[in-house]
Amino acid sequence: MQKVNNKWIKLGVEVLILAALFTLVQYLITAGLLKQYYQISLASMCINVILAVSLSLINGFTGQLSLGHAGFMAVGAYIAAIMTNMLDLPFITGIVAACLGAGLAGFIIGVPTLRLKGDYLAIATLAFGEIIRVTLQNIDYVNGPAGIMGISKLSTWSWLFGGAIITIVVIVNLVNSSYGRAIISIREDEIASELMGINTTKYKVLAFVVGAGFAGLAGALYAHYFYIIKPETFNFLKSFDILVMVVLGGLGSTTGAIIAALFITALTAALQSFPAIRMVLYALILIIVMIYRPQGLMGNKELSMKIFGRIWGGRN
Amino acid sequence: MDEINLMEISKLDKSFGGLSAVQDFNFQIDENELVGLIGPNGAGKTTVFNLITGVYKPDNGCIMFKGENLVGMAPYTICAKGVARTFQNIRLFNDLSVLDNVKIATHKNVPYGLMSAILRTPGFYRGEEEIETEALKYLEIFNLKNKKDELAKNLPYGEQRRIEIVRALATRPLLLILDEPAAGMNPQETQELMELIRYIRHEFNLTILLIEHDMSLVMGVCERLYVLDYGQIIAEGTPSEIRSNKRVIEAYLGEDVG
Repeated sequence: MQKVNNKWIKLGVEVLILAALFTLVQYLITAGLLKQYYQISLASMCINVILAVSLSLINGFTGQLSLGHAGFMAVGAYIAAIMTNMLDLPFITGIVAACLGAGLAGFIIGVPTLRLKGDYLAIATLAFGEIIRVTLQNIDYVNGPAGIMGISKLSTWSWLFGGAIITIVVIVNLVNSSYGRAIISIREDEIASELMGINTTKYKVLAFVVGAGFAGLAGALYAHYFYIIKPETFNFLKSFDILVMVVLGGLGSTTGAIIAALFITALTAALQSFPAIRMVLYALILIIVMIYRPQGLMGNKELSMKIFGRIWGGRN
Repeated sequence: MDEINLMEISKLDKSFGGLSAVQDFNFQIDENELVGLIGPNGAGKTTVFNLITGVYKPDNGCIMFKGENLVGMAPYTICAKGVARTFQNIRLFNDLSVLDNVKIATHKNVPYGLMSAILRTPGFYRGEEEIETEALKYLEIFNLKNKKDELAKNLPYGEQRRIEIVRALATRPLLLILDEPAAGMNPQETQELMELIRYIRHEFNLTILLIEHDMSLVMGVCERLYVLDYGQIIAEGTPSEIRSNKRVIEAYLGEDVG
């Protein structure tokens, strides 16, 4: 009984904190108290959290080094933009189609490439990400290299915040289940995992498809916030940016990925006027973290209410 | 009642490049038997285990398990059919807790669906409780319940070996294959392990096949032995028969026995 009560209390507190955060920002936006600059940063934060958390499922928990995440984001962005801008369908249809389309792309790319290991997989996913970008560049329907312009700004704070929360909840729930343990066992020792009855190919593809699907969601939200999408936006450097967040946060830690995504987005925004310094600082932070904390900020630990509970309990 | 052959292997061949690792290997094990596979280093014992569990594909021959040929099946399918194993060089999930190591092995019988996990339905919580109870039951038998939250890599060698057995047991096998379970253990630990092996065999109605270098363990616990040398079976029989077999003495036991 005690256990059940704790579960509900914990859930209640979490919902309350998130609702308060959501309402606060929503109020600031409607009241016009939040400058455009901060609004853009918050939107980028939500999108980057979705990207980092979804990539951490593939790279951090499944242990499969994927370098093509921006490709799936591109698939989602283009599908959603086509749905709303060209076919005049509602935003929600665009979002769902973006997730499914990117997930399908993840499946098509994952099945042949996930047989590969380590470096080989990284190169294959990198190549596939580039193939997606180059393909988009050569399709006239989506204006080739010029991209799609004038996409309606449908990504409101509710969509952005809701998208990030749904991504986190789905991936955290997946990881903390028997299916998640099966996925993590692949990272730990693929042969042992297979011999303990786990269909490793199936679960690698599952993680890849779920991760790609959420990258599609991020793409859809991105396209409908920044009006314009070009194939160039989703190049290798974008994939690399997301990877840096995951590595910085700690492979195998969702909270680490979230913290790193928020931190890097804030840093990028703060240093926007000094692009040269930004890249140097960026590299410097990475080097320092890799020297002093190679497992990333959080390692494979999670920041949870339990820790706060312990600190609280210690004080009393 | 006729005794049923749980597993029957015939004419198994496997070579790596020009090197023939296993040659014309014939073997059978009946339900509830405890059989040992012994042989000098490099005789091909672990290769046989790898062939049975699907890690390697044999060049020739068939492995019948409950009337089904396992050759060509993926390792996880073979595990699902009821064959589980431990590894000579321990392969635990190092950065996970002992409890999670065992829970992973129960995954093939996962009592709830993927959607149920993502939506956290009541079925998920019930299922997780079932999994935990089962995993703890196995850990309790091996006296590891108090270590459940430790990372697998932080445990001493002997305990890691025991967790390997617990993990294999958690897949609910019919045939349990142990690859040198007593390697690196002291005589007392080996003695305890022997008793545990006898106990789980009885408790879970298991058939056990084991590779071992420790002669006291093999001779004490096994009912029947196969002796492998240069990839071929050179003798088969009860421990006392094997002890007095000339070829075995030549190939394996050497002058120690004489």
